[in-house]
Amino acid sequence: MSNPDPLPLRADPAPVFAALGDRTRLALLTRLSDGQSRSISNLSASTALTRQAVSKHLRVLEGTGLVHSVRAGRESLYAFRPQAVREAQCYLDAVSAQWDEALARLKAFVEDPGGAL
Amino acid sequence: MSDRIEKSIELKAPVDRVWRALTDYREFGEWFRVNLEGPFVVGQQARGKITYAGYEHLVWTAQVAAIEPMRRFAFTWHPYGVDPDVDYSVEKPTLVEFTLTPTGEGTDLTIVESGFDAIPAHRRAEAFRMNEGGWTAQALNIQAHVKP
Repeated sequence: MSNPDPLPLRADPAPVFAALGDRTRLALLTRLSDGQSRSISNLSASTALTRQAVSKHLRVLEGTGLVHSVRAGRESLYAFRPQAVREAQCYLDAVSAQWDEALARLKAFVEDPGGAL
Repeated sequence: MSDRIEKSIELKAPVDRVWRALTDYREFGEWFRVNLEGPFVVGQQARGKITYAGYEHLVWTAQVAAIEPMRRFAFTWHPYGVDPDVDYSVEKPTLVEFTLTPTGEGTDLTIVESGFDAIPAHRRAEAFRMNEGGWTAQALNIQAHVKP
């Protein structure tokens, strides 16, 4: 059996999963997912969260690469980075593909009434 | 995007046949491609050398979490935990759950793997690389093995 060339190492998706596991962060990302850059003020305005809380969550999101910030005058604007989600999804797809192959072997194993493996 | 993997497959074999293929350690080894040292026991580690061509030097381990006859089989493991120099026991594993449901045609098998968000960063990248090299060359021309 020849091993296919491994794909280049992707950015680590582990923190992305953890970051997405928080409801508040998920809500912030949902707002940012329309592609618009927003300030902390803007993001805090329509929620019950304090500026401090929003800022804390944005820092976590920025640390995982899910958002990036750009300074606009005196404040920072935050924008969603879809690449981080795509990379985490790639990891899951890879694990998923492995299970597809294992399940195909299981299916052949239990359904074929004769022959040796 | 969800942090779990869920799959369902319909198998044209009765529930007890599928159950045996999952939980008899020799049968599991046949299709999963691992040479397990002994039976699956709840609360104990299952261990064996991978028999998948090209990866025979790697040891596979899993902690059996549940054996509910004809219904549910679950274990925790470290996906692609294949570096002999790394102590994976300090990392939180993912949970793999197989559930079986009888149907008119045979058996519905669902597999859910969850808990990815607890895997440490450096292992995730390695896991991705291992997967691409190790499992994509699987040949599907397999003949089934039937136990007497």
